[in-house]
Amino acid sequence: KMAAATATRFCQQLSSVSDMSPDWTTKEVSTGTTIMAVEYEGGVVIGADSRTTTGAYIANRVTDKLTPIHDRIFCCRSGSAADTQAIADIVTYQLGFHSIELDEAPLVQTAANLFKASCYRYREELMAGIIVAGWDKRRGGQVYTVPVGGMLVRQPVSVGGSGSTYIYGFMDSNYKPNMTKEQCLHLVSGALSLAMERDGSSGGVIRLAAISESGVERQVILGNQLPKWSTA
Amino acid sequence: MERHYMDSKIKGVSTGTTILAVTFNGGVIIGSDSRASMGGNYVCSKTINKLIQVHDRIFCCIAGSLADAQAVTKTAKFQISLHSIQMESPPLVKAAASVMKELCYNNKEELQAGFITAGWDKKKGPQVYTVALGGMLLSLPFTIGGSGSTYIYGYTDAKYKPDMSREECLQFATNALALAMGRDNVSGGVAHLVVITEGGVEHVVIPGDKLPKFHDE
Repeated sequence: KMAAATATRFCQQLSSVSDMSPDWTTKEVSTGTTIMAVEYEGGVVIGADSRTTTGAYIANRVTDKLTPIHDRIFCCRSGSAADTQAIADIVTYQLGFHSIELDEAPLVQTAANLFKASCYRYREELMAGIIVAGWDKRRGGQVYTVPVGGMLVRQPVSVGGSGSTYIYGFMDSNYKPNMTKEQCLHLVSGALSLAMERDGSSGGVIRLAAISESGVERQVILGNQLPKWSTA
Repeated sequence: MERHYMDSKIKGVSTGTTILAVTFNGGVIIGSDSRASMGGNYVCSKTINKLIQVHDRIFCCIAGSLADAQAVTKTAKFQISLHSIQMESPPLVKAAASVMKELCYNNKEELQAGFITAGWDKKKGPQVYTVALGGMLLSLPFTIGGSGSTYIYGYTDAKYKPDMSREECLQFATNALALAMGRDNVSGGVAHLVVITEGGVEHVVIPGDKLPKFHDE
């Protein structure tokens, strides 16, 4: 709370010049966001909020931040909307080409490395935090995180975006290895609704997807159906 | 994940920290970590006590610049004692929190410290007050603060229940501190907890290796 209060003071001082025009005319579109992905036995569960902001204006309140890269590989996008869309388009092309050459379904690790290659090479120009998740025949369900800067690391559970800071504690205490698909869906939707409640840049609906050998199941949890917690 | 730590803009020693206070059935638990850092790179003290007793049943915990926090709490302690002598009765927790708020609000340009005041008094029982950076005063059933608190907003929102027992509350506070200390690099050391009830004050210290561990440790 105190960090946010100080940041607000600084922001107000810096942007006093542009008080004449609203900030959505000058600020870049960003998916200030909360995204999450969890591995389970047989697949992955991914989730995201649905808010895209330009400054204080919500440009899109029903955004789909879960972007398919291949049949059983998705990415969750956070950071600059333009940068992440551009990178996702490039990787989708590269992966599709690679899959045709290979004549089989691509590995999640390959997709993650393609993201890393673009994010690392252009790290000075880009502002993109991406979580790559999917299922392949060799290693089953996998989650790879490619944060700002272009690092690549595989994690059983990963959160990202501006809202993720608020749910590290919840995630650390509630995640256990070897959960079922239903438990993962419950964990992700619970965590996302907590983050959306605290982070001004996250909100709207929760989009979920479960990826496994049999395919992709998508669902949407609307605002009035969000998990509720006993609040102070 | 880009975040601007308030503490890196503080000159000198700061308590980049995790602090919290939670009411339960019959009392209040106030807790903190024990790390004092300088610029996010150097730990000046591994065992600093951030829980300051300002009166018999009223404690404050501090976050932000350590120098500012010590100056404010020293002044507040004196003013609260004087007030208590004049009123010939123990001070209300709200009075103590108000004293902190006056100091923070009237000196808001120079100060960079936030406080949580918690305690027990005969009029309203256990209470928790938070005084934010600019001098806002809020009364809440529980509150968290400091740089490490951002990581446990989700956890505390999910796990807090009103009217917990003393043991449940102690477990809740310990878990919350452990989770925050596990993710925030400027929080750490031991967990200091003080349990304040009508009957008295009990100080619980949990060393780092006895803190609850989570799945990836």
